[in-house]
Amino acid sequence: MKANYGYKDGSGEFFITIDTDKCNSCGDCAKVCPPKVIVMITNDYDEVVPAVAEEHRKKIKYDCAPCKPMSGPRNLPCVVACKPTAIVHSW
Amino acid sequence: MVEYWRWKEYRWTAPDADWKNAKTISCGIDVGSVSSQAVIMTDGNLYAYSNMRTGSNSPDSARRALDWALEGTGLKQENMHFIVGTGYGRINIPFANKAITEIACHARGANFMYGPTVRTVLDMGGQDCKAIRCDEKGKVTAFLMNDKCAAGTGRGMEVFADLLQVHIEEVGDLSFKVDKEPPPVSSTCVVFAKSEASALLRKGVPKNEVLAAYCSAMAHRVFSLLERLGVEKDFGITGGISKNKGVVDRLTKELGITSLTPRYDPQVAGGVGAALFAKSLVEKQRAG
Amino acid sequence: MITAGIDIGAKTVKVIVLKDGKIAGKAVDLGGFDQRGTSDRLFRKALAEAGADIKDVKMIVATGAGKGEFPHANEPVTEVTADARGANVIHPRGRTVISVGAEEGRAIKTDAQGRVVDFAVNEKCAAGAGAFTESMARALELKVEDMGALSLLSTNAVPMNAQCAVFAESEVVSLVHAGTSKQDISRAIHDAIASRISSMARRISVENDVVLIGGVAKNKGFVESLKRDLATEVFVPQDPEFVSALGAAHIAFEKASKLGGS
Repeated sequence: MKANYGYKDGSGEFFITIDTDKCNSCGDCAKVCPPKVIVMITNDYDEVVPAVAEEHRKKIKYDCAPCKPMSGPRNLPCVVACKPTAIVHSW
Repeated sequence: MVEYWRWKEYRWTAPDADWKNAKTISCGIDVGSVSSQAVIMTDGNLYAYSNMRTGSNSPDSARRALDWALEGTGLKQENMHFIVGTGYGRINIPFANKAITEIACHARGANFMYGPTVRTVLDMGGQDCKAIRCDEKGKVTAFLMNDKCAAGTGRGMEVFADLLQVHIEEVGDLSFKVDKEPPPVSSTCVVFAKSEASALLRKGVPKNEVLAAYCSAMAHRVFSLLERLGVEKDFGITGGISKNKGVVDRLTKELGITSLTPRYDPQVAGGVGAALFAKSLVEKQRAG
Repeated sequence: MITAGIDIGAKTVKVIVLKDGKIAGKAVDLGGFDQRGTSDRLFRKALAEAGADIKDVKMIVATGAGKGEFPHANEPVTEVTADARGANVIHPRGRTVISVGAEEGRAIKTDAQGRVVDFAVNEKCAAGAGAFTESMARALELKVEDMGALSLLSTNAVPMNAQCAVFAESEVVSLVHAGTSKQDISRAIHDAIASRISSMARRISVENDVVLIGGVAKNKGFVESLKRDLATEVFVPQDPEFVSALGAAHIAFEKASKLGGS
C-alpha cells in the first residue's frame, strides 16, 4: 500500500509517501527522524509500518524544514536510513 | 440570517426490513468535522442510517446520530453486536468497540456502494479530501488525504456559497447556467480565491459565472490530487461534495472517466465501511 | 537628487521619496480596486511632501506584487532585493530579514552590504501571511491591533490545530464556545502564524540580528510570539511597512548616482 501523508496548498505539494509493501518494519526511519515526524504504527490491516505522526501531518513543510535547508547539501535521514527505499519525499 | 451552507439532515430505514432475525447487527458511526452518519447493517445489508451536522462535541454527535438512526426501528444500542467508530472524531466515541481510520472505512464502504469493480475512490468531505485506490475486496492499496487546506473541501465551497448568497444545494445547477464556461479563479487558496471572486463581482461578472469559475478551480485542484495517486477504473465519488454537480461534472470531464452511480447515499460510505468492519470483527470473535 | 521607491503590495501601496538619499516624503494607502490610480495619487502626495516636482525625479524603482502597475517606474526589483536593501539601511547589523505582508511571508539572509545571500518564501497560502491574522480578527470581532494587544495579556498557551485560515476560523469559533478567553485565543493565533514564519526562516538558518519588516510587523502580538519562537531578539523599525519601498528608493538612488546625476 502506498500511504501518502501531507497536503497540497497554495504554496505547493508536500507529501511523504510510504510504500508499506516495500517496508520491512525495521523502524530505523522513526529512530533517526529529529523532530519525530515519522513514527511506527500498527495500521488498520495489522501491519507495523511507519506513518507521519498526527501532530505533524498538517505541517510537514515546516516540521521537515530543518532537514531541508534552502541551500547546502540535502540529507534526509529517514530516506537514507531506509534500506528497502520505502520512503519518498515529494519536495 | 440565511444560512447558505445548511443542507437537509435526514434518516432512512430499509423498507420491509426486519432486524429480529438477523445473525449479526453491526453499526458504523462516522463522526466527521462537518457531518456525522450512523449506519446500521443486518447481516451485511443496509438496515438504517442517519446523516446530520456534527455538533461542537464528538461523543454527543455520535450519540445523536445513532439515536436518530435507531428512531422508529425498535432497535436499541444493546442489540448491536459491534460498533466501529470512524472519522475525525473516532477516538472520542466512548460507546464504540473499536476505531478504524476513515481511509480503510471509505474503501470498504465504496466497495459496497459501487460494487467490487471500483478501484479508485474520491471522497470529498466537509474539511478534507481523500483519494483512495482499492482492490476488489475494498482493501486500500494506496491513499492520499488532504485535510490541511480548505481548497477542495466542503468548507471551501461553503465560503463561496456564503459570498455569493447561494444555497449550497443549488451551487451545482447554477454554475452551469452560464453563457460560456469562464476560466477558473487563479488561486487555489480559498481566502485568495474569495478576494478574486469579490473583485470579479465588483466588475459586474454575473454570480453564476463566478460560481462556475470556483467550481472549475476546485475540480482542477482535486484532479491534481488524483493524478498523484493515478486513477484506475472504475471510479466512484463519495462524501457531501459528490452531490455538487458543479464540481463533479467538471472533474470527470477533466479526468476523461465517468464516475459510477452509487446504490445508496454517497455520504454514508464511511459509516457503511465501518459497519462492515464491525460485522467482520463479530464473525472473527465468534470463530474463536 | 530626487529618487523614489514604490511598493505595490497585495493590500497597500507605499511610496518613499528621497532627497540625496534621505527620506523627504512618504505616503501609504489601501491599494483598492484601482492600484494604478492609487499609486499615481500616492506618488504625487509623497512628492508634494518632499517639495519636489515629477520632472525632478531622476529614477523610480518599483517593487511588490503589483510592480507592473506603476507606469512611471524606470525599472522593477524583486521584493526580496528591496526588503534586503531597505533593512540594511535602517539596521545595518541585520543579517536575517523577515518580511511579512498581507499575502506573502519572506525570510532573507543578507550580508553586511544588504545583498541577498539566501531566501525562503511562504506564498499563495493565507496561513503564512497577514491574511491569516485579519481573518482571525474578524472571527473574534476585534481590530487586528486590538487582537495583538490582547494576546500580550495571555498567560496560557493554547495550541491551534488548524493550519489553514479557513479551518482556523472554525477552530476559533469552537474555542470561543468552549469558553477559552479571548486573550488566550489571540495568543494562540499569533503563536500559530509565528511558528510558520519562524520555521520558514530556519530554512535559511537564522543569524543575528533579526529584523522584522512589513505590515504585520506592526502587530505587537505577532512580534512577541515570533521572539519567543526564535528565542532571540527581533528588531522592528519604525514604519516597518515602508522598508521595502525605502529599499527600492535607495536602489534608485544608487543607480541614478552611477549614471552621474546631479
